[in-house]
Amino acid sequence: MARRKVNLWEPKLLIQAVKEAFKKLDPRQMARNPVMFCVEVGAAYTTAVALGEAFSRAPEASFTGQIALWLWFTVLFANFAEALAEGRGKAQAESLRATRQEAMAKLITPEGIKVVPATQLRKGDVVLVEAGDLIPGDGEVIEGIASVDESAITGESAPVIRESGGDRSAVIGGTRVLSDWIKVRIAADPGSSFLDRMIALVEGAKRQKTPNEIALTLLLAALTLIFLLVTVTLVPYSLRYGVLPSIAVLASLFVCLAPTTIGGLLPAIGIAGMNRLLEKNVLAMSGRAVEAAGDVDVLLLDKTGTITLGNRVAVEFIPVGDATETEVADKAQLASLSDETPEGRSIVALAKKYGFRGRDLADKSVEFVPFSARTRMSGVNIGNRRIRKGAAKAIIQWVQDQGGEIPPDLEPKVEAIAKAGGTPLVVAEDKRVIGVIHLKDMLKGGIKERFAQLRAMGIRTIMVTGDNPLTAQAIAQEAGVDDFIAEATPEAKLARVKEEQAAGHLVAMTGDGTNDAPALAQADVGLAMNVGTMAAKEAANMVDLDSNPTKLIEIVEVGKQLLMTRGALTTFSIANDVAKYFAIIPAIFAHAWPELRVLDVMRLSSPENAVLSAVIFNALIIIALIPIAIKGVSFRPAPASVILRRNLLIYGLGGLVLPFVGIKFIDLILHLVR
Amino acid sequence: MLKDWGRCLLFFLVLTVLTGLIYPLLVTGLAQLAFPHKANGSLETKDGKVIGSYLIGQEFTSPYYFHGRPSASDYDAMDSGGPNYAPSSRSLAEEVEKRYHALTKENPGLTRQQTPLDLITTSASGLDPHISPEAALIQVPRIARARSVPEEALVKLVKKYTRPRWLGIYGEPRVNVLELNLALDRYFGSPTAGVNRNQVQVHRP
Amino acid sequence: MTWRIILEVSFFAAVLTALAVPLGLYMAKVFEGERTLLSPLLRPIEGAIYRLAGVNPYAEMSWTRYLGFLLLFNFWGLLVGYLLLRWQNHLPLNPLHLPGVPGALAFNTIVSFVTNTNWQAYSGETTMSYFSQMFVLAVQNFLSAATGLAGAVALARAFARKEKKTLGNVWVDLTRSVLYILLPISVVVALVLVSQGVVQTFHPPVKAVTLEGREQTIPLGPVASQEVIKLLGTNGGGFFNANSAHPFENPNPFTNFVEAMLIIILPAALCFTFGRMIRNMRQGWVIYGVMMFLFLVGAFACCWFEAQGNPLFSRLGFSSGPNLEGKEWRFGAIDSALFAAVTTAVSCGAVDSLHDSFTPLGGLVPLANMLTGEVIFGGIGSGLYGMIAYALLTVFLAGLMVGRSPEFLGKKIEKREVKLSLAVVLVPAFLVLFLSALAVILPAGREGITAAGPHGLSQVLYAFASTANNNGSAFGGLKADLPFYLWTTALAMLLGRFLPLAAVLALAGSLVEKKTIPPSPGTFPTTGWLFAVLLVGVIVIVGALTFFPGLALGPILEQLLLSRGRLF
Repeated sequence: MARRKVNLWEPKLLIQAVKEAFKKLDPRQMARNPVMFCVEVGAAYTTAVALGEAFSRAPEASFTGQIALWLWFTVLFANFAEALAEGRGKAQAESLRATRQEAMAKLITPEGIKVVPATQLRKGDVVLVEAGDLIPGDGEVIEGIASVDESAITGESAPVIRESGGDRSAVIGGTRVLSDWIKVRIAADPGSSFLDRMIALVEGAKRQKTPNEIALTLLLAALTLIFLLVTVTLVPYSLRYGVLPSIAVLASLFVCLAPTTIGGLLPAIGIAGMNRLLEKNVLAMSGRAVEAAGDVDVLLLDKTGTITLGNRVAVEFIPVGDATETEVADKAQLASLSDETPEGRSIVALAKKYGFRGRDLADKSVEFVPFSARTRMSGVNIGNRRIRKGAAKAIIQWVQDQGGEIPPDLEPKVEAIAKAGGTPLVVAEDKRVIGVIHLKDMLKGGIKERFAQLRAMGIRTIMVTGDNPLTAQAIAQEAGVDDFIAEATPEAKLARVKEEQAAGHLVAMTGDGTNDAPALAQADVGLAMNVGTMAAKEAANMVDLDSNPTKLIEIVEVGKQLLMTRGALTTFSIANDVAKYFAIIPAIFAHAWPELRVLDVMRLSSPENAVLSAVIFNALIIIALIPIAIKGVSFRPAPASVILRRNLLIYGLGGLVLPFVGIKFIDLILHLVR
Repeated sequence: MLKDWGRCLLFFLVLTVLTGLIYPLLVTGLAQLAFPHKANGSLETKDGKVIGSYLIGQEFTSPYYFHGRPSASDYDAMDSGGPNYAPSSRSLAEEVEKRYHALTKENPGLTRQQTPLDLITTSASGLDPHISPEAALIQVPRIARARSVPEEALVKLVKKYTRPRWLGIYGEPRVNVLELNLALDRYFGSPTAGVNRNQVQVHRP
Repeated sequence: MTWRIILEVSFFAAVLTALAVPLGLYMAKVFEGERTLLSPLLRPIEGAIYRLAGVNPYAEMSWTRYLGFLLLFNFWGLLVGYLLLRWQNHLPLNPLHLPGVPGALAFNTIVSFVTNTNWQAYSGETTMSYFSQMFVLAVQNFLSAATGLAGAVALARAFARKEKKTLGNVWVDLTRSVLYILLPISVVVALVLVSQGVVQTFHPPVKAVTLEGREQTIPLGPVASQEVIKLLGTNGGGFFNANSAHPFENPNPFTNFVEAMLIIILPAALCFTFGRMIRNMRQGWVIYGVMMFLFLVGAFACCWFEAQGNPLFSRLGFSSGPNLEGKEWRFGAIDSALFAAVTTAVSCGAVDSLHDSFTPLGGLVPLANMLTGEVIFGGIGSGLYGMIAYALLTVFLAGLMVGRSPEFLGKKIEKREVKLSLAVVLVPAFLVLFLSALAVILPAGREGITAAGPHGLSQVLYAFASTANNNGSAFGGLKADLPFYLWTTALAMLLGRFLPLAAVLALAGSLVEKKTIPPSPGTFPTTGWLFAVLLVGVIVIVGALTFFPGLALGPILEQLLLSRGRLF
């Protein structure tokens, strides 16, 4: 990983967040959050009353003042939570941005090449990038081929090839060309590249509430409004008994009832969700996409790279005719010595187990025959021995052309391998077929268990592969996916996405090629690989900088965790209210109706302390929950009913009980102090 | 648009005729056919004159009869309802005291603990035709004295006219006051035969 | 005592369940246009109604059109009803020659009956002619119930349909509600009631000379036919002032049982109608279970407090027995309390005893039943849609906890659904809080409060809880016929009825267009115990949080003071 992780409690971040918390007191900013805005108004009003009382030397000024103070703390704590989440996001973004040194660009104009700062480039400009230059912005190679070091963005140290046309034409601003040259058409105006967009999202400048957040805000606002009315109507109710509750008490009651815990932490939860994605090197183009990730119930996963390691491995040598296994190993290794593909290397490695190691062919008259699309085989000529390996059809053709016999057991053996999901390679020497190499797709470690977890969470996995149906089925079975698309074309992918959506499902998929773009755009969550084309990245709503398709599963988990955190804290916040009522209502009427003390189940030390304890608890709980808001509630893949039971117990029941304990505890302290 | 308004009104009127006219006429017709006595108020007549309904409580104040529960409207059947005292109202306490004193005046020696609660509380309708068997029994000595009949005979009568709970659990065991008083007259003679009716009309407290 | 309460309440619940399931399934068939036992008899009548009114029973309607017609239909009910009440002195069937109903009272009354509330600021015997009782009040007892049914059925269709625009045909839903459900039950049960002594006649009041020689005028009328629909349609407006406490409306414990059953049967059956229409009976059972649980808790509490009696009596030296003040002896304290719990859990409002005279905590149960928004079975139709609105909010509040954006029955709950559900749940709450505060602070309102001390607050709270939630029962001590209360309660009834109804149809319109997400292990489970517990929690907590101050300062304080011997 090229970037370090940001520590939550880093002093620099905390100090910055404290400053921001005060800046956010600006009512224009507060108005975005109706719950906390109402609290702020209450705090301001109570402060004014406290000041008035102080001037007239009223004895209750001290109490009112303390209430006012804690109301301000409530607002500040909420602001602090938001600022801290933003600060973390910014710090993460900064470390990303630091990789983008200010570059100069060689802009190609009709008058020739002009050197301009990269920030002046506009979408559509064409620049020349030569060996050693930084690529000045995201764009597409329109001419040339070059190797590029993208480690700054992806952390992957091996250089990658970028060339015009095809699926390797996209380049990212801030990466460096190592050799050769390319002409790049800039794809985005400055400030709107993927990275810029992501930074803007976490910095909150362009933060838009997600649909779910909007609905939740609405619900919280409605609850706030009804609790405001509850508080206000308490005045006429009490006036009936000749009691007029003080402003401090009314403001306290209102603030305690309003869902301040969730209201205060809601923005932080959203930002923290984006941050967690960023930690995983995924750029999300909108908060909406992160939320949608939690809802996804169908995953379209590319076989290669996600389910399998991507390279086939030789696992068995099977002799045919009168040949022996050792003979097959020997000939297969010889045929593969010069084969630098992963498959070739795995054949050599497997043959070593038969004792064929350290071959030195330098002294022999050896001629390597590379693979060609025309012959569809490769091999080696040693003197006049010709050893070949290749697809069954090609080798059979080759042997028959030389007048050789095909052993009758070849075909069934070849077929058996294909049926098992493997790839058969046939080895022959001159006229004689020797045996078959079984190449197998290797599943990624733990992938089967992963799919089982997903299934438990109600998420179906569909494997997408170019393999024939027979092979695809075998691999699908082995990996434990729910379904597969064999011989997949981009059109088939798009059709499947649409089909699943029509049935009511939310679909996530990965893709990298230009022809994946329509499906990526159609999917509810489209994750483009960073190595993919510009078109794919534009169509997707997330980009994985590591280009690791398995990420999709982690993204789903981040989305789920975000929603869970929101739900858990909402439930907690509302369950909290019950205890606060039992603290405040008897306190208000302590003098007029001492009988109501029956309701004071916590047996608080005095009416003033009761109100104060409730308000203090209400403020402190926000601080106490910041880690949960930012890190998210603990997540373990499980069926919804299990998760619900667990969270309901912790946040529902806990939310009901905790404040009784907390308020009593604070009251004890107040009683000692005052 | 205007057409919709008209259609809607017409639809409303059709349903009005169905539910407001056809329905009650149908029910009335069937009811009069099947249960004419009940449908017309379970009225009791004596010498061709209506003397009341078994279901509508009457005011009894003379010592010869069992008395019903206190009524907010003194059993004015055109003014059903109760006094709606709050459980914590001083008027309720005062009213209960008053009712108790009236009771002890008619039934001397009745202690507070013995007083059946239904005799010191008003009913909801003001027309409650029933009292508890206990409430009847505490009146037995008074009636026995006034009518000069043995108490046991009256107790037996009360028992005879006590109706049980429905299914043994719903409601309360009860005595219909009018029914019981009619039985009194039937068994022991009408007080009006010997006594001037006007004298029976004891003044209300 | 405790065992008798348990026995009474549980036998009632058992009979209810046994009746509600088949009736609910029958109703689903009716609304889905399937053939039923009564079809051969009623199909021709149904067709005749459509032809007479000139409406097209085949046209499917969007939510706006459905709602528009429903409102228009109710508007006509209001207007025609108002005029008939005003002019009843010029109309037939007025044997007592009663004058026209005064303007404000007529308005309050017709609003009350159109909104399925049946709050009565008048005494039936001396205000309404037989014509008005039959042709205005009884008619609205049918039609307001049908309106509620239509709303619930439209919402059920919204869940059952996928990516559609329409919710059914309002003419058909209203007509079938009346013809296949309300009328047949009414005719049969009316005769059962008559067999027990409920009167049904067009005779004018009878003059009787009592045993002791006093004159007594015995009022009669077409009572049984109106009694049944007043209960079945969760209306509650009595023929007589004493309502179901009147021996002519409710002559014995058996009829009391039947009448309580009539009140609750349709709202209970609707749970199963809903389950059947959405092809998810488990969901119907869960909703029923939640309602039943809340009902049982309230019913038991109410019976228990009333059986305990008023501490005032033992303080005065009398035996401590059940609270009989304002109760009929034939029902006793427990049956009366059970009836009170039924009539307030369901937004019926018919009473067989004076709720005002209940012990403070016994009276808190009916109050709390109404303050939860009439969703514990609730009004006919409105109870179900209110409960579904609560379910949507529950799913939204807690559903996020499973890590998916919330959905109910496969429909995603988004901003619009949250907004509309909030309207359904919170509009009545707002009305209660606002108007009750107004009543205790304005002289015009204070004038109507007859009880001093905490009970006065309970009276006001009860009045607006009852009207805003379209219940109609009352703490009768309040002077409901003062202009202040005539107008404020009318406002509460109108807004408390039609704002949620409109919101529900908008909600249905929004849901019906959504696709249905098939359930999976990742779906928030809404058919299990966990959801039921959660739903109960949300109802109790939202209700408790909103009205805790009022309840604490009203009934709870009154009970505390009363047990210490403090009177007002």
